[in-house]
Parts: sequence; C-alpha cells; structure tokens
Amino acid sequence: MATERATGPSRPMSPHLQIYRPQLTSVLSILHRATGVALTVGTLVLVWWLVAAAAGPGPFAAARGFIGSWFGLLILFGWTFALFFHLCNGIRHLFWDAGLGFELKTVYASGWAVVAASGGLTVLAWIVGLFARGS
Amino acid sequence: MKMRSSLGRVRGLGSAKDGVGHWWLQRLTAVALVPLVLWFAASIVCQAGGDHAAVTAWLASPFPAITMILLSIATFYHAALGLQVVIEDYVNHEGLRLVAIAAMKLACFALGVAAVFAILKIAL
Repeated sequence: MATERATGPSRPMSPHLQIYRPQLTSVLSILHRATGVALTVGTLVLVWWLVAAAAGPGPFAAARGFIGSWFGLLILFGWTFALFFHLCNGIRHLFWDAGLGFELKTVYASGWAVVAASGGLTVLAWIVGLFARGS
Repeated sequence: MKMRSSLGRVRGLGSAKDGVGHWWLQRLTAVALVPLVLWFAASIVCQAGGDHAAVTAWLASPFPAITMILLSIATFYHAALGLQVVIEDYVNHEGLRLVAIAAMKLACFALGVAAVFAILKIAL
C-alpha cells in the first residue's frame, strides 16, 4: 500500500476542510467527535474523584478542592456541555442508524433541537447544582 | 451475480475482516448510556459539592453503586471504541497507529477497573 501511494499516479485530491463554508451539519459532526474525545479526557477527573473517595477523607478533600476551584469549575462546565451535547447528538445518530430523519429539513431541525437541548440541559444542571450546593 | 464465496458469507466478516462487531457494540453501549448518563447527571447535580461523608454514603447504597459500575463499564467500552476510530482516522503511520490504539485500550481498561474497584471499596 505504502509503495503504491509513493509511486502511483497523482490522483485528484478532494479540497481540504477549510475550503468549505461551515454548516450546521458539519459543525455538529465535528463537535460530536471533539466532545467524545474531551469527555474521555474528563473521565480522568471522574476516576480521580471516585478513587479519592475510596481512599479516604484526605485524598477526597484534594480532589474536591480541585473540582471546586475556578479552574476545576471551568473544566466541569465544559464537561457538562460536552456530556449533554454528545448525549443529545448521539440520540440523533441512533435515529439515523435506524434509517430515520435523513430528509434535509429534518436533519437541520434535529440539529437545532440538539443545540437547544444540550444548551438548555447544561444551564438547567448548573442552576440546580449551584442551588443544591448553596442549600 | 453472486460475488461472495460461501465461506465468506458464512463467516459474515466482510472486507473489514471484523464483521459488524465494532459498529454494533458502539450502538449497544450508546443505548445503554442514555439512561445511565441521565441518572448520573441528575444524581451528581443533586449532591453538587458534597463532602466525603455524603458521597460515600450515597455510593454505599446498592442502587447507586450498581448503576455507577454499569455506567463505568459502558463509558469506557464506548470510549475505547470511539477513540479507536479517531486514531484510525488521524494516525497514518501503521506502527504508530497500532501502538496508539493498544495504549488507548489499555488505558481505558485500567480506568474502568480503577472506577469499579473504587465503587466496590466504598459500597462493600
């Protein structure tokens, strides 16, 4: 394969990503993959939090201190949005896997629904979370 | 016209030599994660900023412990399958790709084991 690629005929190449105007469909598709990777990186904090809880009050206080700091809360906010976006857009993907919702109008409608739902759920989670923390 | 050999049809693995196993498990874990993630988000939000006593008391009850274990397994299985596709798409060098996928899978497995062990230690 490698040698064929090196010596073979020069075939026409598809224009690269930055040539195209960003569209809702492509932006959400890229965001789905990006949030998937970000969520996995974020699970490091989740596992740290769980292992620290198992280790005892001392280690847990360190994990809780990090998550409660402005940097930790910033990461947590991003992680919350990534979680809800990947969840909502993942459900959209499952409908596509079932062969449903492929009409262009439906694709855009479900796309905007995902944006609204993931944004709304993020805001809702933080309002309830900050309220629970305060009480 | 019949293009596939009888043996190829019986094996059902196709040109990817892997069948639909990867694709199917990605969807199966995705479906499992929908209720698990909604439950997880609601649980975490309701006890945001909880101290050690509150969090261990929560994980000591059977339902949260079992659900957190299911969430951990489904999450890291789903993550390993997803990250594998990302690596396959962007890492062109064959040897590097193999090493990257192996390292990523071992890391996902280790993180899953760590999470499950921590939950069991608190719950039991």
